[in-house]
Amino acid sequence: MERYILPEIPDYHKLEVYEQHGGYAALKKALGMKPEEVTDEVKKSNLRGRGGACFPTGLKWTFMPKQTTKPKYLCVNGDESEPGTFKDRQIFEFNPHLLIEGTAIACCAMGITTAYIYIRGEYGKWIKMLQKALDDAYVKGYVGENILGSGFSTNIYLHKGAGAYICGEESALMNSIEGQRGYPRVRPPFPAQNGVWGCPTTINNVETISNVPLIINRGWEWYSKIGSPKHPGPILVGVSGHVNKPGVYEVATGELLTDLIYRYAGGIPGDTKIKALIPGGSSTMILRGDALEGVRMDAESLKAAGSSVGTAGMIVMDENTDLIRVITRIAKFYYHESCGQCTPCREGTGWLWKILKRFETGDGQTSDIDLLMDIANNIEGNTICALGDAAAWPVQSMIRRFRDEFEKRVSKTPNGSPEPSDRNRHAEKTATVSL
Amino acid sequence: MLTEENLKKVDELRKRYPKSQAALLPVLWIAQEQEGWISEDMMRHIGTMLNLPFGHVLGVVTFYTMYNSAPKGKYHIEICTNVSCMLRGSDKILEAVEHRCGAKPGQTSADGKWSVSEVECMGACGGAPMLAIGEEYYENLTPDKTERLLESLK
Ligand SMILES: Cc1cc2nc3c(=O)[nH]c(=O)nc-3n(C[C@H](O)[C@H](O)[C@H](O)COP(=O)(O)O)c2cc1C
Ligand code: SF4
Ligand code: FES
Repeated sequence: MERYILPEIPDYHKLEVYEQHGGYAALKKALGMKPEEVTDEVKKSNLRGRGGACFPTGLKWTFMPKQTTKPKYLCVNGDESEPGTFKDRQIFEFNPHLLIEGTAIACCAMGITTAYIYIRGEYGKWIKMLQKALDDAYVKGYVGENILGSGFSTNIYLHKGAGAYICGEESALMNSIEGQRGYPRVRPPFPAQNGVWGCPTTINNVETISNVPLIINRGWEWYSKIGSPKHPGPILVGVSGHVNKPGVYEVATGELLTDLIYRYAGGIPGDTKIKALIPGGSSTMILRGDALEGVRMDAESLKAAGSSVGTAGMIVMDENTDLIRVITRIAKFYYHESCGQCTPCREGTGWLWKILKRFETGDGQTSDIDLLMDIANNIEGNTICALGDAAAWPVQSMIRRFRDEFEKRVSKTPNGSPEPSDRNRHAEKTATVSL
Repeated sequence: MLTEENLKKVDELRKRYPKSQAALLPVLWIAQEQEGWISEDMMRHIGTMLNLPFGHVLGVVTFYTMYNSAPKGKYHIEICTNVSCMLRGSDKILEAVEHRCGAKPGQTSADGKWSVSEVECMGACGGAPMLAIGEEYYENLTPDKTERLLESLK
């Protein structure tokens, strides 16, 4: 497929090169359209969010009130902290103007005069690259006052995070922009009514916004025919773990997972089999390696396979992988990143990690397998934000699809190890189950 | 406290937000770039500047893992041990770093040269295993390459 998000053109990150290849033509076009027409175009294109939930982008934009006395805001989400995800970074480095152009068009469609691009603090180097591109765009009048003489003005600012996975969650991100700790907010109210500083706000992922100029340039009909009809467009797929050529690959949605692994990422080192696959970042449900045939990288196909697209960050695990170690590491991550506001998440993620560590050292109990499931089920759906679900899904799917791996790690001594911490477990168990 | 030049930057930053309190994160970044860490005095200074109580500033500094509320070594080495890196041998990289630097995660070496941290996914999974020193990412590491990298840092 031709590449649109990451084209193979040298120096594409430079404004003059971007312009030579038709850059900012979409912005000019959008400025000549009615705002509703721009939104309508995006809606008809069927573009769905690339930040994790595959939410229809055009529909999200229509939630923004048309009549309001308050300023409206756009927050572009470049927090990119979901384990296995490293795609937005490619856009900052290789196609920053596409992102800036998309941001300006989104502002134009929703009548927004201030946009913040939130980028994780660890990406200091890439923030500088994007800032350079943004400065150039300001000089050329693509951003700022009276854009290209249209009378429409919008400012774009970069906001640097400071190390917190939770700030990728949209309401935590808004608090972080306001200079607060990154605590997710209870919804409703939703951001389109009550976002940053209580004003109407839209949050979109970096890659989502980078698709917008393509749609405006070539029209929704063209765009909607790329890849899977219900989830179309180019998509950046990150492939990491046990593959010969890890990296980010731009494909059309609907690409076979096996093609991504074998054709794009060069297959598995030593030609061993795939034991398991995390298809879209660590929050998505883990799939068995023997169940990948025919599964495609799009919302419908992955849902049918019992998982989801997430961030399209695939983590491939070969047949020698210790999956208990993998799930224990994932559980540690969610425990570490839980903001602590909701009891099921704060306590539950700690318990998941603690119990999984017992399996890691071969000290699990058969009853612990069900206990893990109970704890995960208790977290799922009972929290303020989706980090709770994200912590529960990998554990639930791992147990459902790889129960034997847990059984192999059950302690041979019937009552487990005799350490005091273990003797206390019963008291702890009751506490957890009553969450 | 913040230099004249940095105070000017703060004035520019305030204009980006409808409420100046929102400039807290970027101002903390400026302070950390200037001093290498953020002291309690600095937090009070910034609090006064942005009209925020000390407790709020402290709460923000401690919430975000990248703000240092204590000085770090000359080189702060952050090794990712999340899944993609783990699958490609990050434990060996961590070992090499610990060995060379004489510090474990969370520690600073006795000579003050190295601080070592184990970190979550850095968004470089395609280049796993990796570590970061300041803003620089070092990817596709082996224990050997790690040794040589640390050797080259004076
Ligand atoms: C714990 C958590 C972390 C998230 N991290 C990110 C992130 O780093 N980047 C991102 O775009 N979306 C992230 N999201 C999803 C956002 O909340 C939001 O749905 C998304 O940015 C919307 O953009 P989209 O509609 O364009 O996909 C996260 C969600 C949760 C629950
Ligand atoms: S689910 Fe977890 S991360 Fe989300 S608000 Fe509750 S405690 Fe915080
Ligand atoms: S898991 Fe190490 S960079 Fe992503």
